[in-house]
Amino acid sequence: MRKNLPAIILTTLLLVLWQVIAMGINAHYILPSPTQILAKLWELRENLFLVQMPATMGVTIIGLAISIVLGIGLAVIMDLGPKIENALYPIIIASQTIPTTAIAPLFVLWFGYSIWSKVLVTILITFFPITITVYDGLKSTKREMEELLITYGAGKKDIFFKLKLPTALPYFFSAIKMAIPLSIIGAAIAEWLGAQSGLGYFSKRMMAQLDGAGVFAPIVLLSAIAMVSVAIIGYLEEKLIKWRKEI
Amino acid sequence: MLEFKDVTFEYSGYDCNMMDKLSFKVNDGEFISIIGASGCGKSTVFRLINGLEKPQSGKVLVDGEDITLKKNYSAYMPQKDLLYPWRTIEKNICLPMEIQKKSKSEMAQRAEEMLKEVGLWEYRNKYPKDLSGGMKQRASFARTLLTGSELLLLDEPFSALDSLTKISLQEWLVDEWQKHKKTILFVTHDVEEALFLSKKIFIIKDRPVTYFEEYEVPLSYPRTREDMKRGDVTEIKEMLINQLRGKVEL
Ligand SMILES: Nc1ncnc2c1ncn2[C@@H]1O[C@H](COP(=O)(O)OP(=O)(O)OP(=O)(O)O)[C@@H](O)[C@H]1O
Ligand SMILES: [Mg+2]
Repeated sequence: MRKNLPAIILTTLLLVLWQVIAMGINAHYILPSPTQILAKLWELRENLFLVQMPATMGVTIIGLAISIVLGIGLAVIMDLGPKIENALYPIIIASQTIPTTAIAPLFVLWFGYSIWSKVLVTILITFFPITITVYDGLKSTKREMEELLITYGAGKKDIFFKLKLPTALPYFFSAIKMAIPLSIIGAAIAEWLGAQSGLGYFSKRMMAQLDGAGVFAPIVLLSAIAMVSVAIIGYLEEKLIKWRKEI
Repeated sequence: MLEFKDVTFEYSGYDCNMMDKLSFKVNDGEFISIIGASGCGKSTVFRLINGLEKPQSGKVLVDGEDITLKKNYSAYMPQKDLLYPWRTIEKNICLPMEIQKKSKSEMAQRAEEMLKEVGLWEYRNKYPKDLSGGMKQRASFARTLLTGSELLLLDEPFSALDSLTKISLQEWLVDEWQKHKKTILFVTHDVEEALFLSKKIFIIKDRPVTYFEEYEVPLSYPRTREDMKRGDVTEIKEMLINQLRGKVEL
């Protein structure tokens, strides 16, 4: 709690500042005040929590899960040898130069308004940092530790499971902490660009109605989900990687 | 036990040979120190023995057999402890046995014996970061012993320790060696350490290494620190230092 005190103070100050400015401007369709947003959240609670949020979470979770599998898979494959790395790396980079927002409507054409067009956008945004971070983790294995294992008669499989995997584990957690907010953003963007439900879609609809607080309410909800998830992962990380302080 | 036969070796990319037709023999149960200036190739000798490097020509034999045909004949203890930070001390010392696919019960039993022997039983569930330098070195030695190999290659295991810890670990190591009857090759650049520990001393003088100059230490075991002050021992010590001093580039 004490550790979080500066953050709490700063956040409160910012919220107060926001409240004051919003009340000064007094135009809720441009800048709704935090209290207006909270009121809106409460007013729309059933729709937001029971209809829109499950839709967005579905996309996020599926997208994140596929991104993790894909990201780790690519990292492990690239770690197998420089030839594979040289072949894959440019393609992975190229995938990040795609302007996702521009191409997303195309996905809607391909998959319709099904969940998969949105999942695809999410994956495109999320898998990259996982791949790169986990790959760095695998590469950060100390050569001397690997050689020691070889002198014990270890093969490739032993080296991977007993050395590379544990070395990469802290990196994996960093990757997940990055990936969670990205996957939520990805899902929300996808919903903005074309969907019939979800928090992103809902926010867009409120925009069309010039309901400022209605635009912000789902976004606040998304941030809250992201922060809670990252905190949970952080907690798990601390439990699982007690030895991290060493490095 | 161990024999080098006309071993020639160079690291790829270096035009100067590290070793040129080097031959030497190590008998069963010996404790031999290898001394030489920094960079003269001491660690390289170990890398050739444990198979991390292959000689360009010549042979390395263990018990008369080419090492390329053998497994688990030597155990290497690196200068840094290289304990895995994510494993407890017990799991760390089990590592070589895990690689050899030993059964769980055998591992647990041998780990327990070994931990008690090196005085780390209370620390079995601690992580390396919780141990002092001397404890880590003992854990690393325990792990080396648990490879089950008869030939131990110890590469400057005590050089990073403070002098008091170093002295007690040296005495401890001699005890361990006598108890386990292993053959030990011990790299060091500390002449006094070599004299206190070993039966024989190999000196590397030049690069490429073409031969080891061999010296017998005129002391029997058990030894005490007092023995190091004996006239014949100090004489050898002075001579060794003089031999090595010419090789140090300032
Ligand atoms: N993997 C390698 N590739 C190329 N050159 C190497 C390699 N390892 C060591 N060398 C070189 O070979 C020489 C001998 O190295 P080695 O580690 O055997 O020396 P050493 O006697 O153990 O030295 P120190 O006392 O510093 O540990 C050094 O000059 C080093 O630069
Ligand atoms: Mg060395």
